[in-house]
Amino acid sequence: MDKVTRLVSEKGIVIFSKSSCCMCYAVIILFKELGVKPLVHEIDEDPEGREIEKALMRLGCNAPVPAVFIGGTLVGSTNEVMSLHLKG
Amino acid sequence: MNSPSAQFVTSRRIGVYDPIHQIGMWGENFKSNSNLNASASLIVEDVKLDSQSQDASHGTEGPSNQYDQEATKPTDKVQRRLAQNREAARKSRLRKKAYVQQLETSRLKLIQLEQELERARQQGLYIGGGLDAGHLGFSGTVNSGITTFEMEYGHWMEEQNRQICDLRNALNAHITDIELRMLVESGMNHYFELFRMKATATKADVFYMMSGMWKTSAERFFLWIGGVRPSQLLKVLGPQLNPMTKQQSLDVLNLEHSCQQAEDALSQGMERLQQTLADTVAAGQLSEGSCNRQMTNAMEKLEALRTFVGQADHVRKETLQQMLHILTIRQAARGLLALGEYFQRLRALSSLWATRPREPA
Repeated sequence: MDKVTRLVSEKGIVIFSKSSCCMCYAVIILFKELGVKPLVHEIDEDPEGREIEKALMRLGCNAPVPAVFIGGTLVGSTNEVMSLHLKG
Repeated sequence: MNSPSAQFVTSRRIGVYDPIHQIGMWGENFKSNSNLNASASLIVEDVKLDSQSQDASHGTEGPSNQYDQEATKPTDKVQRRLAQNREAARKSRLRKKAYVQQLETSRLKLIQLEQELERARQQGLYIGGGLDAGHLGFSGTVNSGITTFEMEYGHWMEEQNRQICDLRNALNAHITDIELRMLVESGMNHYFELFRMKATATKADVFYMMSGMWKTSAERFFLWIGGVRPSQLLKVLGPQLNPMTKQQSLDVLNLEHSCQQAEDALSQGMERLQQTLADTVAAGQLSEGSCNRQMTNAMEKLEALRTFVGQADHVRKETLQQMLHILTIRQAARGLLALGEYFQRLRALSSLWATRPREPA
């Protein structure tokens, strides 16, 4: 949990992802299209990955990845990202 | 039914329960529904007993004494006869109801069969095979989730056509904005209903959704992750919205841009999914064990497909909702009408194409 908090305060946009997850890939592509460079953390490549996953679930994410944080706050998963994006 | 003579007398008196007429009625039902067999013969028996007993008990007494006879008969037999009449009438109503329900079910089945047939014809009778355990599975098993979806879709389509008519009439008749708002809202809700239906059906069979099996052939030509491209929705709506304010034009432009970006992102995600799935299935040693592992990996990848279909529908829904925010009610109404008619025409095109004269083989 601490690791999550630490990571999200590091940079503007932080995305927790899994290298095998194609939806995560789609979300990352979306941000890149917007000209943003998010900090991507592949939790399946992190030794503490399971802990991070549990922490994310506890924060209320149904699916642990993709989990998008902007400015330290949890924005949500793909649904929320898409809705916000379409609203401008 | 233990005093046939009384029954016969009562019926004469009341004139409500006419045995001959009843026979006729039952006879009709009897012909069309063999379930009534038993009851019909029962009634026939009843009348036979009546006529027999009348001869027996009124043996020596002439018809002129009939009314005297009635006055001395105990009324509970009359009551019993009345009750039996009511019972028979009630049973008759129940049987009629059951018969009608049977007809309704058969009618629905017929519609379903006709739809399947139409679809099969359009596909050139290509069934099973690449559609795995889908609706018309190779082993002949039927996926009930999909059957339900198809039936609901049939109803949805009927309602959709009605709504399009209503919208057209409303716009031509220049009704008030308040009334128009109601039409627009039910139109939007109707689309949202479709997304809900699709979500349920995706759980039943994602490949069915990915192949757009419920759509007509021309609609399927434009298929993108289990439905219409969101950007296509906007392209159809666009021309209908003029005149727009400057702010509106700007907002619509932004929405088109965002929509395209979302679409591209999802498309690329899908491509990656296809690639990784292909890699997973292709990568393999010849040993038995690794084959199973491979399949497990592949199955996991396929799970992701459901997420994509869900996400694509989410983008479609959000795009429509955003449009509603930007537009006035009148513009929204025109937009919905245009959208509805667009798909109607696509469907008409499919039918035309399917029934065009073929070149001789």
